[in-house]
Amino acid sequence: MLPISPTYLLYYLPLIVSISLVFGATRHENTSLILQHALGTARWITGFMTIIFVILYGIGLVI
Amino acid sequence: MSADKSKFTEPSMANMNVIEVDGQQINLRNRVLAAFLAWLVPGAGHFYQGRYAKGSLFVVCILATWVLGFALGGGHVVYASFAPGDVRWHYVLQAGVGAAALPALIQGNQMRVNTDANGRTARGYEPRWGGFMAPPHRPVSEDNADEVSAWYARHGAGYEMGSWYTMIAGLLNILVIYDAYAGPLAIPISGRKKEPSEDKAAEDYALLDS
Repeated sequence: MLPISPTYLLYYLPLIVSISLVFGATRHENTSLILQHALGTARWITGFMTIIFVILYGIGLVI
Repeated sequence: MSADKSKFTEPSMANMNVIEVDGQQINLRNRVLAAFLAWLVPGAGHFYQGRYAKGSLFVVCILATWVLGFALGGGHVVYASFAPGDVRWHYVLQAGVGAAALPALIQGNQMRVNTDANGRTARGYEPRWGGFMAPPHRPVSEDNADEVSAWYARHGAGYEMGSWYTMIAGLLNILVIYDAYAGPLAIPISGRKKEPSEDKAAEDYALLDS
């Protein structure tokens, strides 16, 4: 069981959209490249956060 | 003589502000002014440079994040206070969005003027504009119930998340300011972009060999 409601994860959505698009747009000028980069950034950050989540969740189960 | 000199200097100065990225030529125009406009209103620097698509994206993404955070925190997450016990360091990052965060400076100064030597807000003091971006009444202490703890109690996680949203919006605008000043960043943030550049380097070497 998570110690907080899963609805808290909704806070993540606007942030990831905003951060990814701004990151992409500050590295490219072409719109399709911006979107590609944004998608890559969103995947990278989501993957990284998922790994951190799994590690912390695992620690939480052990302790 | 002076006319000849101007022929040499003007084109070179003009070329310094024209860069090519992704096969598109960008005229950065007056870089300092563009950077200042980008700080003042996210995306305004890009509009000034004629980069309307990116300007629109920045103004929507950054201001939406900032306003959403502000609303989540009940309008109390952005305030400028650097008094003992209530050093709001978050404001340094929140001020990255420029004009939107400036009312907090006026409110912060009003509170500073109306704080007595003991660090207490003067009796009867009411902040301007219905308390919009006003610091909490003083003293503020982690050990006692004060106005900040009331805001936390009222908005819960929204207060914390609102602080983060507004800070992240300010930080993102620093990237936008850089983009307005110098164009897109050249450094890839993931290894994915290395592949095409390595291919291109191999092609360049092949061309040199031939």
